[in-house]
Parts: sequence; C-alpha cells; structure tokens
Amino acid sequence: MVDYEVQAPPTTGSAQDAAAYLKAKFPGAVSDDTRPGFQGVIVEAGKLTEVAQAIRDELGYNYLSSATAVDYHGAGDHMEMVYHAYRISGGGALNFKVQTDREKPVIPSLVSLYPGADFQEREAYDLYGIHFSGHPNLKRILMWEGFEGHPMRKDWKEAYYEGEAKPFDSRWPSGWVHRAEEKNIYGSNVRYPADFDLSKLADRSDEAVYSSASIGVDYQRMTDPDDIRTDQLVVNMGPHHPSTHGVFRMVLKLDGETITGLEPVMGYLHRNHEKIGERNTYLHNIPFTDRLDYISSMGNNFGYVMAVEQLMALGARYTAPTYRSEVIRVLMAELTRIVNHLWSIGFFLNDIGAFFTPMLYANAEREKILDFFEATAGSRLMCNYMRFGGVFKDLPERIRSTANLMNDKIRDYNTMEFLSDMINERLPRFLEEYDRYLTGNEILLERTVGQGVLSAQDAIAMSCAGPLLRGSGVAYDVRRADPYSIYPELDFDIPVGKQGDLFDRYKVRMDEMHESLRILRQLLPRLEQTKGEDIMVGTKAYSPRIPQGEAYGRVENPKGELGFYVVSWGDAKGTQNPWRYHVRAPSFINLTALGPMSVGQKVADVVAILGSIDIVLGETDR
Amino acid sequence: MSSKELDLRQMHDTEFPLPMEMQGNVAITSLSKIYNWSRRSSMWPMLFGLACCAIEMIGTASSRFDFSRFGMEVMRATPRQSDLMIVSGTVTKKMIVPIVRLYNQMPEPKYVMAMGACASGGGPFKEGYNVVSGIDKYLPVDVYVPGCPPTPQALLYGLIALQKKIDGQSLANLDDVPWYGVGPSEPTPIPILGPDIIDPRQMDLIRRQAELAAAGMPVGVRELPPVIKTVKAIPSKAAKAAVAEVIDEGEAQRREEIMRRRQAVLARKRARDAAKGA
Ligand code: SF4
Repeated sequence: MVDYEVQAPPTTGSAQDAAAYLKAKFPGAVSDDTRPGFQGVIVEAGKLTEVAQAIRDELGYNYLSSATAVDYHGAGDHMEMVYHAYRISGGGALNFKVQTDREKPVIPSLVSLYPGADFQEREAYDLYGIHFSGHPNLKRILMWEGFEGHPMRKDWKEAYYEGEAKPFDSRWPSGWVHRAEEKNIYGSNVRYPADFDLSKLADRSDEAVYSSASIGVDYQRMTDPDDIRTDQLVVNMGPHHPSTHGVFRMVLKLDGETITGLEPVMGYLHRNHEKIGERNTYLHNIPFTDRLDYISSMGNNFGYVMAVEQLMALGARYTAPTYRSEVIRVLMAELTRIVNHLWSIGFFLNDIGAFFTPMLYANAEREKILDFFEATAGSRLMCNYMRFGGVFKDLPERIRSTANLMNDKIRDYNTMEFLSDMINERLPRFLEEYDRYLTGNEILLERTVGQGVLSAQDAIAMSCAGPLLRGSGVAYDVRRADPYSIYPELDFDIPVGKQGDLFDRYKVRMDEMHESLRILRQLLPRLEQTKGEDIMVGTKAYSPRIPQGEAYGRVENPKGELGFYVVSWGDAKGTQNPWRYHVRAPSFINLTALGPMSVGQKVADVVAILGSIDIVLGETDR
Repeated sequence: MSSKELDLRQMHDTEFPLPMEMQGNVAITSLSKIYNWSRRSSMWPMLFGLACCAIEMIGTASSRFDFSRFGMEVMRATPRQSDLMIVSGTVTKKMIVPIVRLYNQMPEPKYVMAMGACASGGGPFKEGYNVVSGIDKYLPVDVYVPGCPPTPQALLYGLIALQKKIDGQSLANLDDVPWYGVGPSEPTPIPILGPDIIDPRQMDLIRRQAELAAAGMPVGVRELPPVIKTVKAIPSKAAKAAVAEVIDEGEAQRREEIMRRRQAVLARKRARDAAKGA
C-alpha cells in the first residue's frame, strides 16, 4: 500500500508529467535517467511489463516508435533497451529504458503490449544477444541462424577490424593505404571461431526459417523422404524475385492458393550500417544515410542531421540552422516525397499487373527532379546534401536539363524558373493525367479495393508508419504530430484513407503528392525572399565534437517515420564518433503488418500487399 | 534492329573479293564474327537488383536512357533465359549463396557485370561483417563499372564495353570462350553459411588455419606494418634520434632517395632556366 496519493494519470501532459506519475505509481522500480544529456526514465527489468502496461493504457502512449539496444561495454558495463513511445494524438516522446547485465542479458518482451516491438526485439536479440522472455518467435532476423556471435556488441570485432574509431591510424596520420584483404589470412572478409571444427559443419540457416511459429511446418516431416503426403505447401518468394522490390524473401504457407502463414525473411541486404556508423565520425555518417532508403536520400539526411543537431544543442555554443537552410531542407524533403511516391506507385501498379508502362511514365517525371538534385547536390541519387547547421551548398543560379527528356538537347534554365515550372505546371499536369488514367480504372479498383485490409487499431499497435498507417485512417504525420523545421508555418493537410485497404494506400500516396506540391508552392516565395542569406551556421569542422547525451531525431519520410537514435558517450568533453547510431527504419517495422494482412489472401495479392507497404531493402535490412 | 546493324559491308571481313554489285547483299565472314555479332546485339540481362545501384539500373532501362537501343530491353526475371548478370549492389554473405545459385543456373555463354563500388570491391560497406568484398571473390567478372552509384551513362558505357569485349572474342580460343570446350563446365561451388561464410574452395586453407589455431598460433589476421608516428617539429638532436627510432631503416632510405631525386630535378630545372636566360 502506497502512503501517498496517486494522481489520475495525465493523458495529455508532457513526458515529465508522465514520468512523475510513473515514479509515484511504481516507487523504486522507476527512476529518472540522470546521466548528462539523457532523458526519460529507467525501469527495473522485473517490472517492465507492468510499467509498459501503465504507459500504454493509463498514460496513453500507445504508439511504440522505436525499441533498440545499446551496449555500454567499458562505460558502465551493462546493456540497455531504449524505448520511445508516443501518443497517436501527437506530442513528444516518453523515453523509457531497461538495463540488464552484459553477460546474461534478459529482458521481458513487450510484444504482447506493443506488437510493433516484434522485429525490433528480434533485431536486438540477433545483434546484441539480449533474450526477450516471452517473445513468441525469438530468432535471428538479419544474420543467419548459426552465425557466430552478436556483431553489434562493442567487444565483437569484424574480420576487417582495424581500430575502434575512424580515422584509422594507418590512414591518418600515417597515410598509407592497404587493402583490407591483405591483412586477412583468408584474403576475404571472414573470421572463424578459434575452435572451429569443419567436420561438424552444417548449414542450419533455412531450418530455422521453416520451423518458425507462423509457418508452423514440421521441417523434419517436410524433409523426410518417406512422408510426401502433406496438405500444406510451402512456397518461397525471393530473395530473387521481381516483385519483392529487392532482395526480400517471403516464405508462404499455402492451402491451395490461400495463404495460411507468412514468414518474412530479411537480412539479404544487411550491410551493417550501424556497426560501421559507430566507427565513423558523425560527419562520415551523412553519406551512409543516403544509402538507407536510397530512393529518398534527402529525407534520410534530414533525419540524421536533426538528431545530431539535437545533441549539439546540449552544448554551450550552438546556433540553430538559418531560415534559408530550413526552407531548402523542406524543399528537398518534399521533392523527395514526390520522387518516392512516383516510384512506389509505379511499382505498385507493376505488382498488380500494369506491367511497366505506368512506372515508365512516372519515372520520366522523376528524372526531371533528379536533374534538379544533380545540379544542386552533385548527385542524382546519393545527394549527401545536408550538414549539421544547414546544407552544404546553396541552390545554383542555373540548371542544365532537357525539356522532354527523350529527344531534346540540353538546355540552360534559371533555377527558380525551372522549379516554378516544375511545381506549378509539369507535376500538377502529370498527376492529373495519372489520376485520370489510373484511379478510376476498373482493373485497378478490382485488384485493390477491399484487399489487404489493416485496421486502424492494428496499424497503431504494430507501429506502422507513413502511408500504411494513414491509409488505415489514422491521421498521424510527424510533420504535424511532432513538428520540426518550418512545417508549423506551412499550410497542408494530411490525407487519410477510410478502410485501410490497398486502394486507400494508393490514394493516400497520390494525395500526398498533391499536398507536397502545395507545400512546395508556399516555399517558392520564401526561397525568393531569403536569396543570398546564409545556408550554414557555425564553423566548418571535419570532425565536430558532439556533447554527451542521447537524441532521437525523427522525420516523416515518404515511407513513414524515420528515426535516428544517436548516443554520444564516453568523453566528457564531447565525442567525435557516436557511441550508438540506430536507425528506426519505417520499411522494417511496417513489415510487421505484412503477415497479418496477407493471411487469408491469395498468392497474387501478397505481391500487391507488399507493394502497397512500399519497402526498400536498404532501409529494411540496413 | 537498325539498318546500320544490318550493314553487310561491316560484317564482311575476309580477303576474299566480292563483286561490287553484291556487296550490299552478300558478306563473307568468319563464324566468330557472326556469333559475336548476334550474341552482343541481343544481350538479355537478368532482372535482378540488389541495392541502390539497381535503382540506377532501372533508370537506365527506362525511357530516358533506354538500353533497349543496344538490344538489351528484354530483362528476364529467370536466370535460365538470361545472358548477362548485372550485379547491381552490395553483395552480402547471406545473399551470395542465392547469387552463386543463380549464376550456376544461367545457360552459357554468360557474362557478369559488377555494377558500382560495392559489387566491384565492397564499396563503402566493405568493412561490414556481412559484406562480401566484391562479387569477383566468387564469380568471374567481365566488366566493372565504377561509381556509387554509377550514373546511367556510366552503365551504358559499361554495357558497350561488354559488347566490345564480345566482339573481340574468338571461337578458336578456349580461354576466351570456355563454353565451346568439351563437356559440361564446372558449376561454381555454393558457399556455406556456417559460423561465417565458407567458400568451399578455401576448405584446405581453413583447415590448416584451424590446426594452427589448435597449436596456439594466431589465426585469421596478419600483422599490419607498424604505424609511423609523424613528429611535427624537430627541435633538438635528441628528438631527431627519437624520430630515427620510429622511422625504420627502409623508410629513412626511401626518404633520402626522394630528396636526392628532388634535388636532381631542381638542378636540371635551374640549368634549363639558366640556359633560357642566356
Ligand atoms: S556502389 Fe554505392 S550505390 Fe551502388 S550499391 Fe553500393 S552503396 Fe549503393
């Protein structure tokens, strides 16, 4: 019995109120995180489920945005799970953490409360070796079953390991360059355990996939040559399949043509962003973020620089980015959204059978925007454009592009005229045309209406984001729910669907392009007004020192909420390399809904459902 | 097919004389040339994207750049119908297993193009624990296209380079075109996902290393050369001696050699200037 009165839970107040409520309700089990630069509360592992229940049901933080692990090896020697929960009605995060022992890390699973934690906990298990008691399907997700060790732990060294942090001594100051193969005895990127026994070698990677909970196929029985009579059929789609949008694999359990179970298998493009990112300097990571969601690189830049700027703001000398740089950032982010939606709608139509023609149409329009990116940032795809404190280059005076991309010669345009022509003339005309050809089309309606339905409750519970969430009727958009940059002063609406089917997602994307155009039209005069102003604040530094602390920067990327969890730790004067660099990838977490949406549908529909989620593997697997 | 492709005068490549009036209709040429011409003019790439580079590959395939101009528009989703595998993106250890399988399923003659930094050598992600340092660790590569990602123009250039390469191949040379040799060719061994990726061709090496490890010798990593510390100012004799210690013999010699050459060049330059002045 507590001897003081527990207030009614604040369902609208700030995270501080919520923390105070939790501390009062769970005395001893919840405490403030007092490390400099850190926020939120630390929850005792034994009480996590109860506390999380209170956070979700009493305080109203019903949307778990991110859950990730941090290894404080040599700096406290514990592991930590960090959760960021939000209210779907908007507002800031409640950040709660659980600490556990490095040797035998065990944390209760939150999947029953927040189904969206499913893949993220599996990822933490895979890369950090944390066991989640009560997780229904705890197995490796990015690496294969049988891989040695948990690679994200700080004391795990990769085969090409050279130093803890870049720049490596050999490169600077020594200045000699070597090929990493030369120092590895096998001449390639491998390392084997010391007690490696080749005679016991077995490839167990697929066994685990087939014995999964949702597939539920008896692998022993399947491979038993005497038993061939079985009613279930297991079909592998991917990793090489034209409709999986990259190297994604689905294992389908079929009854006739109806799907009774679906197990997504990923990691075929797991290229270790986070491990590399923790060796890199902060600045190094910007071009790496380009390669996450490689269709919308500008948006990725935006999220990352925001997270690091949050950290920089903890220091004494910090100036916020200038107005012009914010305008340019938003301009780029919205153009990126159009690029991405053109691409994803084109491919979605591909998936439902409108083979390539709509995609080629959309792509031609996209090329025009890429021309603008190329003229500004120097690259069509991997823009590497934003910096801490601004952007690295102002818009050019003139742009070289062509009028119709097919048989025209290269022309020289004034940038602002080019932009205004694109935003006011070309893109609206194209969207209108696209709408006219497609949206009312009977085949499209037939294939999409009422298929792959995801209810609003499920979408929230599974931490879905972006058009997938909004298609289900939840008007949650980070640009409005937790505004950043200059979005508060811009006028735009958030399109939402009604039923949460494939058509609604398609429609949300179409409408979002119109809204983006609306934003872009408001940006043009702002660009004119701020002409000649600074685009960068602070001194340019190759390796800025970032004050200690943690930050979670999130933006509404075209595919959904993209978050960067960055921890600077280990040096009181500030660090040059992030201690933890985690990407909350919308494509990855949105896939949680793939299985539930597909069960009961036909095989041909699963392709369309996947297309409607709009994943990109660079971000899914990281 | 454009009429230029069909210009028989270009196909004609023997000493054998043809009457003037027949030159537009008849050509006498070698079998190699006919084979190569037909093969390189209808190259069917596999519809197969790995990572970011695949986006530029699709960009190259679509209307603005349009590689169907080179007879490549028929992208096949199945390896059994394709001639060319464009490895467009980062090859991970998990993915190399299916890639080798796909390659083995492609009928000969087959070509591999490594598109981008990742496929050529690991690229920006080379140090990653799940990344293969270039597809050429497993498959024979015909053309490397640099870039991250290569622009569509660069990819087109790579495709043209591949066509040139095919043009130069000779049926008489089995090193050039192994698929006309006797008997079926060997499939590439499929890597195994053990505690780390295992290339079956490296089994012996791995076994030897494991034995060394059992004997207490270090495995896996060779020693790097020592890091040379640069010392900025050299105030005294003592510091010089300290520098001499870190900079080993060979390094000192190398530097001397560089200084000597530099002096020689300078002397020559002065002499030239003096000659000009005079
Ligand atoms: S080379 Fe660059 S663009 Fe291509 S796959 Fe690698 S990281 Fe992506």
